[in-house]
Amino acid sequence: MPYNSIVLVKQVPDTANVTADAMKADGTVNRGALPAIFNPEDLHALEAVLELRDRFGGTVTALSMGPPKAAEVLRSCLYRGADRAILLTDRRAAASDTLATSYILAQTIKTIGDYDLVFAGRQAIDGDTAQVGPQCAEKLGIPQVTYLDQLVDVNDRVIRVRRDIGDGWEVVDATMPVLITVVESANKPRPPRVRRLQRLKRARVPAEVVAEVKKSMRDASAEQREAEVARRVDELKKQGLLIEQWDLDDVKADLSRCGLAGSPTKVFRVQSIVLTKDGYTEIPATEEGVRQMIHELVVDHSLG
Amino acid sequence: MIEVNREGEVWVYAEQQAGTLRDVVLELCCKARELADRLGVSAGAVLVGAKLDGLPEQLIAHGIDHVYVTADERLGHYQTGSYAEVICHNIQKHKPQIVLYGATPLGRDLAPRVASAMRAGMTADCTDLDIKDVTEPRSKETHSNLLLQIRPAFGGNIIATIVNYDMWPQMATVREGVIAMHDPDPKRKGRVISETVPLDDTLFALKLIEEHIEPRSINLKGARVIVAGGAGVGSKANFRLIHELAGAIGGAVGASRAAVDGGYIGKEHQIGQTGTTVRPALYIAAGISGAVQHRAGMEESAKIIAINNDPESPIFSVSHYGIVGDLNQVIPMMVKTLKERGVAE
Ligand SMILES: Cc1cc2nc3c(=O)[nH]c(=O)nc-3n(C[C@H](O)[C@H](O)[C@H](O)COP(=O)(O)OP(=O)(O)OC[C@H]3O[C@@H](n4cnc5c(N)ncnc54)[C@H](O)[C@@H]3O)c2cc1C
Repeated sequence: MPYNSIVLVKQVPDTANVTADAMKADGTVNRGALPAIFNPEDLHALEAVLELRDRFGGTVTALSMGPPKAAEVLRSCLYRGADRAILLTDRRAAASDTLATSYILAQTIKTIGDYDLVFAGRQAIDGDTAQVGPQCAEKLGIPQVTYLDQLVDVNDRVIRVRRDIGDGWEVVDATMPVLITVVESANKPRPPRVRRLQRLKRARVPAEVVAEVKKSMRDASAEQREAEVARRVDELKKQGLLIEQWDLDDVKADLSRCGLAGSPTKVFRVQSIVLTKDGYTEIPATEEGVRQMIHELVVDHSLG
Repeated sequence: MIEVNREGEVWVYAEQQAGTLRDVVLELCCKARELADRLGVSAGAVLVGAKLDGLPEQLIAHGIDHVYVTADERLGHYQTGSYAEVICHNIQKHKPQIVLYGATPLGRDLAPRVASAMRAGMTADCTDLDIKDVTEPRSKETHSNLLLQIRPAFGGNIIATIVNYDMWPQMATVREGVIAMHDPDPKRKGRVISETVPLDDTLFALKLIEEHIEPRSINLKGARVIVAGGAGVGSKANFRLIHELAGAIGGAVGASRAAVDGGYIGKEHQIGQTGTTVRPALYIAAGISGAVQHRAGMEESAKIIAINNDPESPIFSVSHYGIVGDLNQVIPMMVKTLKERGVAE
């Protein structure tokens, strides 16, 4: 039987490759200086639902919450075969912690409606919290299965999943609808399909069109720009290249549960990692050097 | 969420597997004791499962005053729905001010579900906790005795301190190995309180088909000395050098993720953000560059020796002793010296 899946994807700064250039003078990270990438584990979540769709039919809807430029990860989903893409973007959602984020995503998923499976990466590399998946599941009132490392089978409404539980694994059956988070060992994500890429690389959310028009028509009046935006959006729509863009009102979100107001956790302080040891003793790579070092370690009781 | 409750206890979720408490739970008990004393309140633990004999006593010996036990045959195997329900029930009834969980795969599955149901805050993967008065920057309002939740963020490149002003309880998962343990006191007295929680069938949505637990054969966290090898070791065969040095020095074998990914050694040896966090008396890093994710798991070691042929490697910046050289020459010299000294036996 066919299954309708929703996959949660996030655009993240590439935190694995932070260089000195990306650090600001006050020791905080300059997100802007880091390349924005597709959150690695989300690619595996996408692959899992695409494989299901290819086998059993149904649809794959990619959902992301973020600024307009996060449409880039949605385009990546479309290139790989997603049927539909939705960007939830709203300034009022800024500064949301995981609780507020999961509320907004759950509202969006409820608005999409009609789903059998929600998939997400286990965690995003900018926060490493692994909380948004479980918190979404709770808000949707559906079970969660975290850390999928192998999708064993699907049989009617039951999905069989192998979970990586750290010091081993377990296989569980869950009845749909269910939310599942995925780790990297689950599968090998497919590359973008060239034909789809060529056709869909011009796909945009309206907010991107607004930004592009603003840039290309600097001297035009506001009315002229608006008209141009409307024209371009209309054109994209006709060609099937308009990515859906929703805001908090579209998903009937209670604003007191979004953004800073809806976030119990507040960042009180941020420090850059200062490499703590000020200088080290250089030991020459000789027998005498090594002997001397080991002697010191024994004397100060680090050894023996 | 529950209201700010200054009389509320400091709680630990007592994760157990097949009737054995996780190491991190005992660490958290020590921390809960300390925090509770500073706040002038009691320390509690929530224990959930089927066969829990002997566990309350262990929790009490490690500093807990009140153990809230829910034992039910159906709770023999962990699943999120039923366990979260038990914890939520207890939180609503007893209104603790702080709830701590181990940042284990299970803890990181359970805690966010509880936080969402309680509409409370949750901070993942803390490496330190503290109690302090905090002034809200916008309103200038001062909140006394908040829990500071300290964690690496942004791939380990920054340390963030998180607080929760008023949407309580204040909850966090805490990494294993970051809290110093005290010796248990078997004579300590505490109270065991049995909590019956109604659990309907919908809370048992998952069906366990098969389970495979690999006993943790190595004890990295208990080791006084760890010798860790990285990609610079070059091959599985050459990793023998690391084992030899560990043998000569009486230490455990650790590894970087690159060494694990390269198949030089099993994943249970991995040190770092996605491996084990350790703080031995001596840590020797050979052929490890010292990426932030690796340093996150070892930089609290009392003494660090780095062996690396690239003087620019970041590992040197957290080291006490640095040997710039080829590990294939340096390690045999160390083994020889150690054997001569007889440190091993
Ligand atoms: C989300 C995430 C989580 C991660 N978690 C972890 C984690 O938990 N633990 C972890 O370790 N990594 C983790 N990593 C990976 C981490 O970023 C690094 O890639 C990894 O630590 C590198 O391992 P390495 O130092 O062994 O390899 P490399 O970075 O390749 O370093 C090899 C070093 O060996 C030296 N060398 C080479 N030959 C010799 C020789 N003959 N003698 C002496 N020195 C030599 C080189 O100079 C170099 O410094 C994580 C990454 C991500 C993105």
